[in-house]
Amino acid sequence: MNRNNRARHAASALPRSSLAGSHELPKALIAVHFYLTKYGKLFTSGDAMNILEFTILVAAGSFLAGLLGSLTGLGGGVVLVPLLTLFFKVDIRYAIGASLVSVIATSSGAAAAYVKEGFSNIRIGMFLEIATTTGALTGAFLAAFISTKALAIIFGLMLLYSAYLSRRPRPRAERNSPPDPLATRLRMNGSFPSEEGGMRQYNVQHVPTGFSLMFGAGALSGLLGIGSGAVKVLAMDQAMKIPFKVSTTTSNFMIGVTAAASAGVYLARGYVDPGLAMPVMLGVLAGSMLGATILVKAETKVLRLVFSVVIALLGLQMLYKGFTGGI
Amino acid sequence: MAHPETPAFTDQKLETMVGNLLRAGVSLSAFVVMLGGVIYLVRHGRSPADYRVFRGEPSDLKSLGGIIHEVFGLRGRGIIQFGLLLLIATPVARVALGIWGFAAERDRMYVLFTCIVLAVLLYSLLGAGSAF
Repeated sequence: MNRNNRARHAASALPRSSLAGSHELPKALIAVHFYLTKYGKLFTSGDAMNILEFTILVAAGSFLAGLLGSLTGLGGGVVLVPLLTLFFKVDIRYAIGASLVSVIATSSGAAAAYVKEGFSNIRIGMFLEIATTTGALTGAFLAAFISTKALAIIFGLMLLYSAYLSRRPRPRAERNSPPDPLATRLRMNGSFPSEEGGMRQYNVQHVPTGFSLMFGAGALSGLLGIGSGAVKVLAMDQAMKIPFKVSTTTSNFMIGVTAAASAGVYLARGYVDPGLAMPVMLGVLAGSMLGATILVKAETKVLRLVFSVVIALLGLQMLYKGFTGGI
Repeated sequence: MAHPETPAFTDQKLETMVGNLLRAGVSLSAFVVMLGGVIYLVRHGRSPADYRVFRGEPSDLKSLGGIIHEVFGLRGRGIIQFGLLLLIATPVARVALGIWGFAAERDRMYVLFTCIVLAVLLYSLLGAGSAF
Protein backbone atom coordinates (compact mmCIF):
# COMPACT_ATOMS: atom_id res chain seq x y z
CA MET A 1 0.00 0.00 0.00
CA ASN A 2 2.66 2.39 1.16
CA ARG A 3 4.90 1.31 -1.70
CA ASN A 4 2.21 1.86 -4.30
CA ASN A 5 1.57 5.34 -3.04
CA ARG A 6 5.22 6.22 -3.26
CA ALA A 7 5.47 4.96 -6.82
CA ARG A 8 2.41 6.93 -7.83
CA HIS A 9 3.78 10.00 -6.14
CA ALA A 10 7.03 9.67 -8.09
CA ALA A 11 5.09 9.37 -11.33
CA SER A 12 2.99 12.45 -10.64
CA ALA A 13 6.08 14.50 -9.83
CA LEU A 14 7.58 13.65 -13.20
CA PRO A 15 7.31 16.83 -15.26
CA ARG A 16 8.98 18.97 -12.60
CA SER A 17 11.85 16.64 -11.83
CA SER A 18 15.45 17.23 -12.82
CA LEU A 19 18.09 14.58 -13.30
CA ALA A 20 20.37 15.83 -10.55
CA GLY A 21 21.37 13.62 -7.64
CA SER A 22 21.26 9.83 -7.30
CA HIS A 23 18.03 9.91 -5.25
CA GLU A 24 16.37 11.43 -8.30
CA LEU A 25 17.07 8.26 -10.27
CA PRO A 26 13.57 6.78 -9.89
CA LYS A 27 12.02 9.94 -11.31
CA ALA A 28 14.60 10.03 -14.07
CA LEU A 29 13.70 6.46 -14.95
CA ILE A 30 10.04 7.31 -15.31
CA ALA A 31 10.95 10.37 -17.36
CA VAL A 32 12.97 8.25 -19.76
CA HIS A 33 10.12 5.75 -19.93
CA PHE A 34 7.85 8.66 -20.81
CA TYR A 35 10.06 10.00 -23.60
CA LEU A 36 10.72 6.57 -25.02
CA THR A 37 6.99 5.99 -25.25
CA LYS A 38 6.66 9.31 -27.03
CA TYR A 39 9.41 8.45 -29.49
CA GLY A 40 8.05 4.93 -29.87
CA LYS A 41 4.72 6.41 -30.98
CA LEU A 42 6.55 8.73 -33.31
CA PHE A 43 8.27 5.72 -34.72
CA THR A 44 5.06 3.84 -35.48
CA SER A 45 3.24 6.80 -36.97
CA GLY A 46 5.27 6.37 -40.14
CA ASP A 47 7.57 9.29 -39.52
CA ALA A 48 10.53 6.94 -39.15
CA MET A 49 13.69 7.93 -37.33
CA ASN A 50 16.95 7.84 -39.19
CA ILE A 51 19.70 5.46 -38.15
CA LEU A 52 21.63 8.12 -36.19
CA GLU A 53 18.62 9.12 -34.06
CA PHE A 54 17.65 5.50 -33.59
CA THR A 55 21.21 4.62 -32.50
CA ILE A 56 21.39 7.45 -29.95
CA LEU A 57 18.00 6.64 -28.40
CA VAL A 58 18.69 2.92 -28.26
CA ALA A 59 22.09 3.60 -26.67
CA ALA A 60 20.50 5.87 -24.04
CA GLY A 61 17.81 3.32 -23.17
CA SER A 62 20.39 0.54 -23.04
CA PHE A 63 22.62 2.61 -20.75
CA LEU A 64 19.80 2.92 -18.26
CA ALA A 65 18.93 -0.76 -18.54
CA GLY A 66 22.55 -1.68 -17.87
CA LEU A 67 22.82 0.65 -14.90
CA LEU A 68 19.65 -0.58 -13.21
CA GLY A 69 20.35 -4.18 -14.13
CA SER A 70 23.71 -4.22 -12.46
CA LEU A 71 22.59 -2.19 -9.42
CA THR A 72 19.66 -4.48 -8.66
CA GLY A 73 21.36 -7.71 -9.69
CA LEU A 74 18.46 -8.49 -11.99
CA GLY A 75 20.45 -7.94 -15.18
CA GLY A 76 19.89 -5.44 -17.96
CA GLY A 77 18.80 -8.05 -20.48
CA VAL A 78 15.45 -8.57 -18.83
CA VAL A 79 14.33 -5.03 -19.76
CA LEU A 80 16.30 -4.73 -23.01
CA VAL A 81 14.11 -6.98 -25.12
CA PRO A 82 10.82 -5.36 -24.04
CA LEU A 83 12.43 -1.94 -24.48
CA LEU A 84 13.44 -2.76 -28.05
CA THR A 85 10.27 -4.56 -29.06
CA LEU A 86 7.67 -2.38 -27.32
CA PHE A 87 9.16 1.09 -27.79
CA PHE A 88 11.43 0.76 -30.79
CA LYS A 89 9.25 -1.76 -32.65
CA VAL A 90 12.20 -4.06 -33.28
CA ASP A 91 11.40 -7.64 -34.29
CA ILE A 92 11.76 -9.82 -31.18
CA ARG A 93 14.38 -12.03 -32.87
CA TYR A 94 16.70 -9.09 -33.57
CA ALA A 95 16.03 -7.84 -30.04
CA ILE A 96 16.97 -11.20 -28.53
CA GLY A 97 20.15 -11.36 -30.64
CA ALA A 98 21.28 -7.88 -29.61
CA SER A 99 20.36 -8.47 -25.98
CA LEU A 100 22.24 -11.75 -25.82
CA VAL A 101 25.44 -10.23 -27.16
CA SER A 102 25.23 -7.24 -24.84
CA VAL A 103 24.57 -9.50 -21.87
CA ILE A 104 28.06 -10.93 -22.43
CA ALA A 105 29.50 -7.42 -22.28
CA THR A 106 27.54 -6.49 -19.13
CA SER A 107 28.49 -9.62 -17.32
CA SER A 108 32.16 -9.61 -18.25
CA GLY A 109 32.58 -5.88 -17.66
CA ALA A 110 31.06 -5.95 -14.19
CA ALA A 111 32.57 -9.34 -13.32
CA ALA A 112 36.04 -7.92 -13.87
CA ALA A 113 35.36 -5.49 -11.03
CA TYR A 114 33.58 -7.94 -8.69
CA VAL A 115 36.15 -10.70 -9.04
CA LYS A 116 38.87 -8.35 -7.85
CA GLU A 117 36.74 -7.16 -4.92
CA GLY A 118 36.62 -10.77 -3.72
CA PHE A 119 32.82 -11.11 -3.74
CA SER A 120 32.33 -13.70 -6.47
CA ASN A 121 33.24 -17.31 -5.92
CA ILE A 122 34.77 -18.58 -9.14
CA ARG A 123 34.57 -22.23 -8.07
CA ILE A 124 30.83 -22.10 -7.54
CA GLY A 125 30.57 -20.18 -10.82
CA MET A 126 32.64 -22.54 -12.90
CA PHE A 127 30.96 -25.65 -11.51
CA LEU A 128 27.44 -24.34 -12.12
CA GLU A 129 28.41 -23.20 -15.62
CA ILE A 130 28.26 -26.86 -16.66
CA ALA A 131 24.51 -26.64 -16.03
CA THR A 132 23.95 -23.15 -17.46
CA THR A 133 25.86 -23.72 -20.73
CA THR A 134 24.12 -27.00 -21.55
CA GLY A 135 20.84 -25.31 -20.65
CA ALA A 136 21.64 -22.33 -22.87
CA LEU A 137 22.41 -24.56 -25.84
CA THR A 138 19.09 -26.35 -25.32
CA GLY A 139 17.25 -23.03 -25.12
CA ALA A 140 18.88 -21.68 -28.28
CA PHE A 141 17.81 -24.79 -30.21
CA LEU A 142 14.26 -24.54 -28.86
CA ALA A 143 14.04 -20.87 -29.91
CA ALA A 144 13.97 -21.89 -33.58
CA PHE A 145 10.75 -23.87 -33.07
CA ILE A 146 8.83 -21.33 -31.01
CA SER A 147 6.68 -18.58 -32.55
CA THR A 148 7.45 -14.93 -31.77
CA LYS A 149 4.07 -14.66 -30.00
CA ALA A 150 4.92 -17.55 -27.71
CA LEU A 151 8.33 -15.98 -27.08
CA ALA A 152 6.64 -12.73 -26.06
CA ILE A 153 4.34 -14.59 -23.66
CA ILE A 154 7.18 -16.56 -22.07
CA PHE A 155 9.08 -13.30 -21.81
CA GLY A 156 6.15 -11.56 -20.14
CA LEU A 157 5.84 -14.34 -17.57
CA MET A 158 9.58 -14.19 -16.93
CA LEU A 159 9.35 -10.43 -16.33
CA LEU A 160 6.45 -10.79 -13.91
CA TYR A 161 8.33 -13.51 -12.08
CA SER A 162 11.46 -11.33 -11.86
CA ALA A 163 9.39 -8.46 -10.49
CA TYR A 164 7.74 -10.70 -7.90
CA LEU A 165 11.08 -12.16 -6.89
CA SER A 166 12.74 -8.81 -6.42
CA ARG A 167 9.91 -7.71 -4.09
CA ARG A 168 10.06 -10.78 -1.89
CA PRO A 169 12.05 -10.10 1.26
CA ARG A 170 15.45 -11.69 1.29
CA PRO A 171 15.68 -14.36 3.95
CA ARG A 172 18.46 -13.63 6.41
CA ALA A 173 21.28 -15.96 5.54
CA GLU A 174 21.83 -18.46 8.30
CA ARG A 175 25.23 -17.54 9.51
CA ASN A 176 26.28 -20.86 10.92
CA SER A 177 24.71 -23.51 8.69
CA PRO A 178 26.79 -26.67 8.96
CA PRO A 179 28.98 -27.56 5.98
CA ASP A 180 27.27 -29.76 3.41
CA PRO A 181 29.38 -32.85 2.53
CA LEU A 182 28.93 -32.48 -1.24
CA ALA A 183 29.68 -28.75 -1.23
CA THR A 184 32.73 -29.43 0.88
CA ARG A 185 33.96 -32.08 -1.54
CA LEU A 186 33.45 -29.62 -4.39
CA ARG A 187 35.42 -27.02 -2.39
CA MET A 188 32.66 -24.44 -2.76
CA ASN A 189 32.59 -22.96 0.74
CA GLY A 190 34.25 -19.61 0.90
CA SER A 191 34.43 -16.20 2.46
CA PHE A 192 33.93 -12.59 1.39
CA PRO A 193 34.66 -9.11 2.78
CA SER A 194 31.70 -8.27 5.09
CA GLU A 195 30.26 -4.86 5.87
CA GLU A 196 31.49 -5.04 9.47
CA GLY A 197 35.03 -5.48 8.18
CA GLY A 198 36.99 -8.70 8.02
CA MET A 199 36.04 -11.83 6.10
CA ARG A 200 32.75 -13.68 6.56
CA GLN A 201 32.68 -17.45 6.07
CA TYR A 202 29.78 -19.24 4.42
CA ASN A 203 28.83 -22.85 3.76
CA VAL A 204 27.07 -23.79 0.53
CA GLN A 205 23.97 -26.02 0.77
CA HIS A 206 21.77 -28.15 -1.55
CA VAL A 207 24.11 -28.40 -4.53
CA PRO A 208 21.90 -30.71 -6.68
CA THR A 209 18.87 -28.40 -6.40
CA GLY A 210 20.98 -25.40 -7.32
CA PHE A 211 22.48 -27.28 -10.24
CA SER A 212 19.06 -28.19 -11.67
CA LEU A 213 17.75 -24.64 -11.26
CA MET A 214 20.85 -23.45 -13.10
CA PHE A 215 20.01 -25.66 -16.07
CA GLY A 216 16.62 -23.95 -16.20
CA ALA A 217 18.25 -20.52 -15.91
CA GLY A 218 20.54 -21.41 -18.81
CA ALA A 219 17.65 -22.62 -20.96
CA LEU A 220 15.74 -19.37 -20.36
CA SER A 221 18.87 -17.40 -21.18
CA GLY A 222 19.29 -19.24 -24.48
CA LEU A 223 15.61 -18.95 -25.33
CA LEU A 224 15.07 -15.28 -24.46
CA GLY A 225 18.53 -13.79 -24.86
CA ILE A 226 18.68 -12.65 -21.26
CA GLY A 227 21.17 -13.29 -18.50
CA SER A 228 18.51 -14.96 -16.30
CA GLY A 229 20.07 -13.26 -13.30
CA ALA A 230 16.79 -13.62 -11.39
CA VAL A 231 16.71 -17.40 -11.67
CA LYS A 232 20.44 -17.68 -11.01
CA VAL A 233 20.20 -15.58 -7.88
CA LEU A 234 17.18 -17.66 -6.81
CA ALA A 235 19.18 -20.85 -7.18
CA MET A 236 22.14 -19.54 -5.22
CA ASP A 237 20.29 -17.35 -2.71
CA GLN A 238 17.38 -19.57 -1.81
CA ALA A 239 18.49 -23.09 -2.62
CA MET A 240 22.22 -23.02 -2.00
CA LYS A 241 22.06 -20.45 0.84
CA ILE A 242 24.89 -18.36 -0.54
CA PRO A 243 25.09 -14.80 0.89
CA PHE A 244 23.34 -12.24 -1.31
CA LYS A 245 26.33 -10.26 -2.52
CA VAL A 246 28.25 -13.43 -3.33
CA SER A 247 25.33 -14.92 -5.26
CA THR A 248 24.64 -11.68 -7.17
CA THR A 249 28.22 -11.24 -8.26
CA THR A 250 28.83 -14.93 -8.95
CA SER A 251 25.64 -15.04 -11.01
CA ASN A 252 26.95 -12.06 -12.94
CA PHE A 253 30.25 -13.85 -13.45
CA MET A 254 28.47 -16.84 -15.00
CA ILE A 255 26.16 -14.90 -17.28
CA GLY A 256 28.84 -14.18 -19.89
CA VAL A 257 29.75 -17.82 -20.36
CA THR A 258 26.08 -18.83 -20.39
CA ALA A 259 25.24 -16.26 -23.06
CA ALA A 260 28.31 -17.16 -25.12
CA ALA A 261 27.00 -20.74 -25.29
CA SER A 262 23.90 -19.63 -27.18
CA ALA A 263 25.39 -16.58 -28.94
CA GLY A 264 27.18 -18.78 -31.48
CA VAL A 265 23.88 -20.37 -32.49
CA TYR A 266 22.15 -16.98 -32.74
CA LEU A 267 24.94 -15.44 -34.79
CA ALA A 268 24.92 -18.31 -37.27
CA ARG A 269 21.14 -17.97 -37.57
CA GLY A 270 21.39 -14.28 -38.49
CA TYR A 271 19.66 -12.94 -35.36
CA VAL A 272 22.57 -10.63 -34.47
CA ASP A 273 22.31 -7.36 -36.41
CA PRO A 274 25.42 -5.18 -36.04
CA GLY A 275 23.54 -1.90 -36.49
CA LEU A 276 21.26 -2.76 -33.58
CA ALA A 277 23.73 -4.66 -31.40
CA MET A 278 26.25 -1.79 -31.52
CA PRO A 279 24.27 0.84 -29.54
CA VAL A 280 22.73 -1.82 -27.30
CA MET A 281 26.06 -3.35 -26.38
CA LEU A 282 27.92 -0.06 -25.88
CA GLY A 283 25.04 1.47 -23.90
CA VAL A 284 24.51 -1.50 -21.62
CA LEU A 285 28.23 -1.86 -21.06
CA ALA A 286 28.69 1.77 -20.01
CA GLY A 287 25.63 1.56 -17.71
CA SER A 288 26.69 -1.66 -16.05
CA MET A 289 30.24 -0.46 -15.48
CA LEU A 290 28.89 2.56 -13.69
CA GLY A 291 26.48 0.36 -11.73
CA ALA A 292 29.26 -1.95 -10.64
CA THR A 293 31.24 0.88 -9.11
CA ILE A 294 28.17 2.12 -7.21
CA LEU A 295 26.91 -1.29 -6.00
CA VAL A 296 29.78 -1.88 -3.63
CA LYS A 297 28.63 1.02 -1.45
CA ALA A 298 25.05 1.74 -2.47
CA GLU A 299 21.81 0.97 -0.63
CA THR A 300 19.63 -0.45 -3.39
CA LYS A 301 16.28 -0.79 -1.61
CA VAL A 302 14.37 2.04 -3.31
CA LEU A 303 15.96 1.25 -6.63
CA ARG A 304 14.83 -2.38 -6.48
CA LEU A 305 11.30 -1.21 -5.76
CA VAL A 306 11.18 1.14 -8.74
CA PHE A 307 12.86 -1.33 -11.05
CA SER A 308 10.49 -4.12 -10.06
CA VAL A 309 7.50 -1.90 -10.86
CA VAL A 310 8.97 -1.13 -14.30
CA ILE A 311 9.67 -4.82 -14.90
CA ALA A 312 6.11 -5.78 -13.92
CA LEU A 313 4.63 -3.16 -16.27
CA LEU A 314 6.83 -4.34 -19.12
CA GLY A 315 5.81 -7.92 -18.34
CA LEU A 316 2.12 -7.10 -18.59
CA GLN A 317 2.72 -5.26 -21.85
CA MET A 318 4.67 -8.19 -23.31
CA LEU A 319 1.87 -10.59 -22.31
CA TYR A 320 -0.71 -8.31 -23.90
CA LYS A 321 1.28 -8.03 -27.12
CA GLY A 322 1.88 -11.76 -27.14
CA PHE A 323 -1.81 -12.61 -26.79
CA THR A 324 -3.09 -9.95 -29.18
CA GLY A 325 -0.40 -10.69 -31.76
CA GLY A 326 1.13 -7.22 -31.70
CA ILE A 327 4.64 -8.65 -31.73
CA MET B 1 42.93 -27.57 0.84
CA ALA B 2 46.05 -27.60 2.98
CA HIS B 3 48.24 -29.88 0.92
CA PRO B 4 51.69 -30.70 2.32
CA GLU B 5 53.25 -28.89 -0.65
CA THR B 6 50.87 -26.03 -1.34
CA PRO B 7 51.27 -24.84 -4.95
CA ALA B 8 52.32 -21.22 -5.27
CA PHE B 9 49.33 -20.59 -7.52
CA THR B 10 46.14 -19.72 -5.61
CA ASP B 11 42.48 -18.95 -6.30
CA GLN B 12 43.22 -15.32 -5.60
CA LYS B 13 45.85 -15.09 -8.32
CA LEU B 14 43.50 -16.81 -10.74
CA GLU B 15 40.74 -14.37 -9.84
CA THR B 16 42.99 -11.41 -10.59
CA MET B 17 44.01 -12.90 -13.94
CA VAL B 18 40.41 -13.67 -14.84
CA GLY B 19 39.46 -10.11 -13.95
CA ASN B 20 42.20 -8.68 -16.15
CA LEU B 21 41.33 -10.97 -19.03
CA LEU B 22 37.64 -10.02 -18.91
CA ARG B 23 38.49 -6.35 -18.76
CA ALA B 24 40.91 -6.61 -21.69
CA GLY B 25 38.49 -8.64 -23.83
CA VAL B 26 35.54 -6.35 -23.22
CA SER B 27 37.61 -3.17 -23.73
CA LEU B 28 39.05 -4.47 -26.99
CA SER B 29 35.69 -5.56 -28.36
CA ALA B 30 34.00 -2.32 -27.26
CA PHE B 31 36.74 -0.39 -29.05
CA VAL B 32 36.32 -2.38 -32.26
CA VAL B 33 32.51 -2.11 -32.10
CA MET B 34 32.78 1.65 -31.56
CA LEU B 35 35.18 1.98 -34.49
CA GLY B 36 32.83 0.06 -36.76
CA GLY B 37 29.91 2.04 -35.36
CA VAL B 38 31.49 5.35 -36.32
CA ILE B 39 32.13 4.16 -39.88
CA TYR B 40 28.60 2.76 -40.08
CA LEU B 41 26.97 5.96 -38.76
CA VAL B 42 29.04 8.26 -40.98
CA ARG B 43 28.03 6.27 -44.05
CA HIS B 44 24.45 5.29 -43.18
CA GLY B 45 23.39 7.61 -40.34
CA ARG B 46 20.85 9.43 -42.47
CA SER B 47 19.11 6.36 -43.85
CA PRO B 48 15.80 5.40 -42.21
CA ALA B 49 16.04 2.83 -39.41
CA ASP B 50 13.81 -0.20 -39.73
CA TYR B 51 13.99 -3.30 -37.59
CA ARG B 52 10.29 -4.06 -37.63
CA VAL B 53 10.57 -6.87 -40.14
CA PHE B 54 12.90 -9.77 -39.54
CA ARG B 55 14.99 -10.61 -42.58
CA GLY B 56 17.97 -12.33 -40.99
CA GLU B 57 21.52 -11.23 -41.64
CA PRO B 58 23.28 -11.67 -44.99
CA SER B 59 25.61 -14.68 -45.03
CA ASP B 60 28.67 -12.40 -44.85
CA LEU B 61 27.64 -11.32 -41.34
CA LYS B 62 26.84 -14.81 -40.10
CA SER B 63 30.12 -16.67 -40.56
CA LEU B 64 33.67 -16.10 -39.39
CA GLY B 65 35.08 -16.07 -42.94
CA GLY B 66 32.40 -13.68 -44.13
CA ILE B 67 32.93 -11.29 -41.23
CA ILE B 68 36.70 -11.19 -41.79
CA HIS B 69 36.09 -10.53 -45.47
CA GLU B 70 33.88 -7.58 -44.51
CA VAL B 71 36.50 -6.25 -42.08
CA PHE B 72 39.12 -6.11 -44.81
CA GLY B 73 36.64 -4.26 -46.96
CA LEU B 74 36.45 -1.69 -44.11
CA ARG B 75 32.68 -2.13 -43.94
CA GLY B 76 31.23 -0.62 -40.75
CA ARG B 77 28.77 -3.43 -40.14
CA GLY B 78 31.47 -6.05 -40.69
CA ILE B 79 33.81 -4.38 -38.20
CA ILE B 80 31.03 -4.19 -35.59
CA GLN B 81 30.29 -7.87 -36.13
CA PHE B 82 33.99 -8.66 -35.70
CA GLY B 83 33.97 -6.75 -32.40
CA LEU B 84 30.97 -8.81 -31.31
CA LEU B 85 32.87 -11.98 -32.20
CA LEU B 86 35.73 -10.81 -29.96
CA LEU B 87 33.15 -10.25 -27.25
CA ILE B 88 31.77 -13.78 -27.60
CA ALA B 89 35.35 -15.11 -27.53
CA THR B 90 36.08 -13.37 -24.20
CA PRO B 91 34.17 -15.77 -21.91
CA VAL B 92 35.54 -18.67 -23.93
CA ALA B 93 39.07 -17.42 -23.25
CA ARG B 94 38.13 -16.97 -19.59
CA VAL B 95 37.09 -20.63 -19.34
CA ALA B 96 40.33 -21.70 -21.04
CA LEU B 97 42.28 -19.59 -18.54
CA GLY B 98 40.33 -21.30 -15.76
CA ILE B 99 41.49 -24.71 -16.99
CA TRP B 100 45.09 -23.51 -16.94
CA GLY B 101 44.70 -21.92 -13.51
CA PHE B 102 43.15 -24.98 -11.89
CA ALA B 103 45.85 -27.13 -13.50
CA ALA B 104 48.47 -24.87 -11.92
CA GLU B 105 46.69 -25.38 -8.57
CA ARG B 106 46.73 -29.14 -9.27
CA ASP B 107 43.00 -29.25 -8.81
CA ARG B 108 42.02 -32.08 -11.16
CA MET B 109 38.34 -31.96 -10.30
CA TYR B 110 37.98 -28.33 -11.39
CA VAL B 111 40.15 -28.90 -14.47
CA LEU B 112 37.57 -31.51 -15.49
CA PHE B 113 34.61 -29.18 -14.75
CA THR B 114 36.05 -26.30 -16.77
CA CYS B 115 36.96 -28.67 -19.64
CA ILE B 116 33.31 -29.73 -19.86
CA VAL B 117 32.22 -26.08 -20.02
CA LEU B 118 34.81 -25.32 -22.72
CA ALA B 119 33.63 -28.31 -24.75
CA VAL B 120 30.01 -27.07 -24.64
CA LEU B 121 31.10 -23.56 -25.68
CA LEU B 122 33.24 -24.81 -28.56
CA TYR B 123 30.43 -27.09 -29.72
CA SER B 124 28.07 -24.11 -29.78
CA LEU B 125 30.50 -21.88 -31.67
CA LEU B 126 31.96 -24.39 -34.10
CA GLY B 127 29.49 -27.24 -34.30
CA ALA B 128 26.01 -25.89 -33.76
CA GLY B 129 26.62 -22.69 -35.70
CA SER B 130 27.17 -24.72 -38.84
CA ALA B 131 28.31 -21.63 -40.76
CA PHE B 132 31.60 -21.59 -38.87
